[in-house]
Amino acid sequence: MELPSKLLEKTVSYFESLPGVGRRTALRYTLQLLKMQKEDALNFGASVIKLVEELGFCSICHNVSDGDICQICAHPKRDTETICVVEDLRDLLAIESTSQYYGVYHVLGGVISPLDGIGPKDLHFESLVSRLAEGTCKEVIFALPSTMEGDTTSFYMFKRLKDFNIKTTSLARGVAVGNELQYTDELTLGRSIQGRLPYDNAMRTF
Amino acid sequence: MHLSELSIVNFKNIQDANFELSEKVNCFLGNNGAGKTTVLDAIYYLSFCKSFFNPIDSQNIRHDEGYFVLDGKFFLDGESERIFCGLKRNEKKKFKRNQKQYDRLADHIGVIPLVMIAPSDTALIREGSDMRRKFMDGIISQYNKAYLDTLLHYNRLLAQRNAMLKHQWAEGKYDTTSLEVFDEQLHAHGTELHLERKRFLEGYLPIFSNFYQLISGGAEEVNIVYQSQLSEAPLLNLLTEHRKRDYRAQYTTQGIHKDDLEFTIGEYPMKKFGSQGQKKSFVTSLRLAQFDYLKELKQRKPILLLDDIFDKLDDNRVAALMKLVSEDHFGQIFITDANLHRVPDLFKDENVPLKKFVVEKGSIDQL
Repeated sequence: MELPSKLLEKTVSYFESLPGVGRRTALRYTLQLLKMQKEDALNFGASVIKLVEELGFCSICHNVSDGDICQICAHPKRDTETICVVEDLRDLLAIESTSQYYGVYHVLGGVISPLDGIGPKDLHFESLVSRLAEGTCKEVIFALPSTMEGDTTSFYMFKRLKDFNIKTTSLARGVAVGNELQYTDELTLGRSIQGRLPYDNAMRTF
Repeated sequence: MHLSELSIVNFKNIQDANFELSEKVNCFLGNNGAGKTTVLDAIYYLSFCKSFFNPIDSQNIRHDEGYFVLDGKFFLDGESERIFCGLKRNEKKKFKRNQKQYDRLADHIGVIPLVMIAPSDTALIREGSDMRRKFMDGIISQYNKAYLDTLLHYNRLLAQRNAMLKHQWAEGKYDTTSLEVFDEQLHAHGTELHLERKRFLEGYLPIFSNFYQLISGGAEEVNIVYQSQLSEAPLLNLLTEHRKRDYRAQYTTQGIHKDDLEFTIGEYPMKKFGSQGQKKSFVTSLRLAQFDYLKELKQRKPILLLDDIFDKLDDNRVAALMKLVSEDHFGQIFITDANLHRVPDLFKDENVPLKKFVVEKGSIDQL
């Protein structure tokens, strides 16, 4: 699709570079910008500039942050003895919205996948190791995706953290809450049988 | 289970054909290029939702036509089932069972179990080890779902480890910790796959040998030997020992991806010392043993397609094979032959339901 203006073309191709946006949608977004009140459109642009220029990352956990230390790390009631390791901001937000976790986080920024050119050095491992070396942390939770790359990353961390004498845990895997067994896929159900839990009071509350 | 009626329209070189079939032996006789194999391919298509020969669907439509239709009436456990496939040029194919269209083609595969024995099968002896691994994996993963999953996982780990080796080599940094992570996971999956392959061959080999003896009349000893580095040592030890070498080679030299099946005749490799006819007997027995596995799994007799089976076999073996497949152990059979009299003569004295069809320039007539 040839566009009659170079300015238009440039903006459209930037929208197009975003995930999930094709050329038609990109054009639709661009035209919508032009339809907006001029002031709104300028504010839109300014917020993108401000975002890129000013948004920082927490120097402790690499969560996004307006200051040097993020809200979670700075919160006085948070339990700093437990660190939950997540892949990225989206997973952190998902765990936060459960309201079941009161510890702090560590955002790796990805998972090990040499095929995509991501090795351990491209992730925030070293800062995790130095956090643990401080000695306040008692438990590390691996909350990584249940994929081969996620498992590899957890396993790598497990090996690296072995010498620290810190409890390492991983998220439970199995039948989803509220799901019928007959509709659960074979793989998940198989794993659930293998990783079954002792039945105690805690289970009843589900 | 059998196919009782088949209608073919514009499929490859057959313009329009409609015929009723015998529930035991069906032979398609005619000259080269007449369309005998096309009939078998049409039946194959109704079982696997694709052509045995050409994966590009639009090329299976007859030249200068806009669509093809395959329509088969099967009997499954006494119930009649209509399997229909229609493809219009530049459209998605429609695959229906009893007028109801499938959402996913994968749901259909396995409904009509079928084994095809084709001239191209000798590639199993001739070509590289990956063909033989695929053959073995194909059978195992049909009865063991977890196997396929483990195999896919293993292959992905392997690709990741190889990428890491390349990466480390390019940067000139040899890092054991990150390789160990892959090694231990490869070990766990690889060991499982190795044991399952070993178990499979133990059950498969006697069935295979029996078929070979029946076809060859006991003329020679054949064997299949599972070759695997894992028979020598645990995979983890192998990976650890060869880690430095793998780093220099930039790929993983140890593991079940190096497994092979060694086919022997007497004590010697089939590939080098088997005659054409012995090789043909060998791969035919491989397929017949696969038939038994499928039959056991589905609890019904698969359809057997024998394409140009007489090409390299001598008269004794041909007679032995025909006697074998006409027994009650096997179900419905489809045979192609360029010789008009051979198959009918072979079955002359047997009391076997038989239908003969002459295929000529894409039209099919019952004799």
